[in-house]
Amino acid sequence: MQLQIKYFGLIAEVTNCGEETFEFSKSQVSELLEELYVKYPSLRQKDFKVAQNHEIVSNESNITNPEIALLPPFSGG
Amino acid sequence: MSRYNRHIILSDVGQEGQNKISNAKVLVVGAGGLGCPILQYLTAAGVGAIGVIDFDTVEESNLQRQILFGTSSLKTNKALAAKERLEDLNPTIEVHAYNEALTPQNALKLFNDYDIIVDGTDNFETRYLINDAAIITNKPIVYGAIYKFEGQVSVFNYKNGPSYRCLFPSPPKEGSVANCSEVGVLGVLPGIIGTLQANEVLKIILGFTGVLSGKLFCYNSKTSETYTLKIKKSDSEIDKVLSREEKFQTQEFNFNCSSKNASLKDLNKFENIQFIDVREFHEEPKVELNNCVQIPLHNLISRIGEISTTKTIVIFCQSGIRSKTAVEILEKHNILNSFSLIEGAAAIIEQLKTSL
Repeated sequence: MQLQIKYFGLIAEVTNCGEETFEFSKSQVSELLEELYVKYPSLRQKDFKVAQNHEIVSNESNITNPEIALLPPFSGG
Repeated sequence: MSRYNRHIILSDVGQEGQNKISNAKVLVVGAGGLGCPILQYLTAAGVGAIGVIDFDTVEESNLQRQILFGTSSLKTNKALAAKERLEDLNPTIEVHAYNEALTPQNALKLFNDYDIIVDGTDNFETRYLINDAAIITNKPIVYGAIYKFEGQVSVFNYKNGPSYRCLFPSPPKEGSVANCSEVGVLGVLPGIIGTLQANEVLKIILGFTGVLSGKLFCYNSKTSETYTLKIKKSDSEIDKVLSREEKFQTQEFNFNCSSKNASLKDLNKFENIQFIDVREFHEEPKVELNNCVQIPLHNLISRIGEISTTKTIVIFCQSGIRSKTAVEILEKHNILNSFSLIEGAAAIIEQLKTSL
């Protein structure tokens, strides 16, 4: 499936883009993360949540929708 | 009263709505980039009682975005400086300024005096403290946070809705999120996010149905893009907080796994202190103390030999974030008698004028 992945905050700095299309042939969120960690090794040290179709999903969830987002917490004020 | 005429002629507000605003009590935690526009609009709107809590002092580098302050406010406490400006803006309301840090010891009592809590802080520890204290006291939180050109807004703990921990159950790993002194911000961004927060406060007061509960609204000021995430309530996260209610005000309650925080007022408990300033050399204000060494955080390991093994080590930075990382680094190098000062350098200078 061709995923459309959005990156927020300092995650977008790691990936150096706010959004990208990503070819993914496996099924689970955890498998997607492993592929992203290969592409962006420093992502592994970051805290973030994965959302699919605007809802937080667990690592065990299956990817059924191409719209993915990686959201870190922000602390600034 | 002509002051609120533009509210009253709105059919969704009217005199009845304005009366609700006048009877509302709102506590704003933090009078910084977010807090200033929040306070300004809530005061102008006529919120009857506004509390503002902040221990920090106004620095020149704040003026680019913290719009309640002018050059005449420099070096004064932010809560007190905000109160002075807000009372001029609207003398018909009550403004209560608290010149102190929000702590587990004062949070519950303070929250009980208000209807709505607004999170305008700049660090995770206080955000989790606000979340947990609001769950225990059953108050809604209007949350906002920024990072460079991006902001997040949500309403937590509103009418049995999700809390901040339902989205991010625990604080991020130390060092995985850059601290405020390392990160720049275009001054207008906290203005936008803070104004969205003020809007949510008024929607709650007026009983509007579209309150941003169960959703995280994300805004990117560079691309003008928005993204809304749905947040599901996690009863187990909320129950965990409630189960710790009894321990809340004691040392046993840990927000951030580190109990190695010290406040300026605690320092008289220690004899023989060595202060470590982990800020960069260019950072202001300079702290001049005989028993103080300046070692920027990134040099801490290479200069570890300069740290006393017999004295109590009190580490400070600008706002208590880097100092906490420094305590962890020292622990890994078996220096265990170190504490992170929750206040920053500016507060030390204030204290120096009186005692120490």
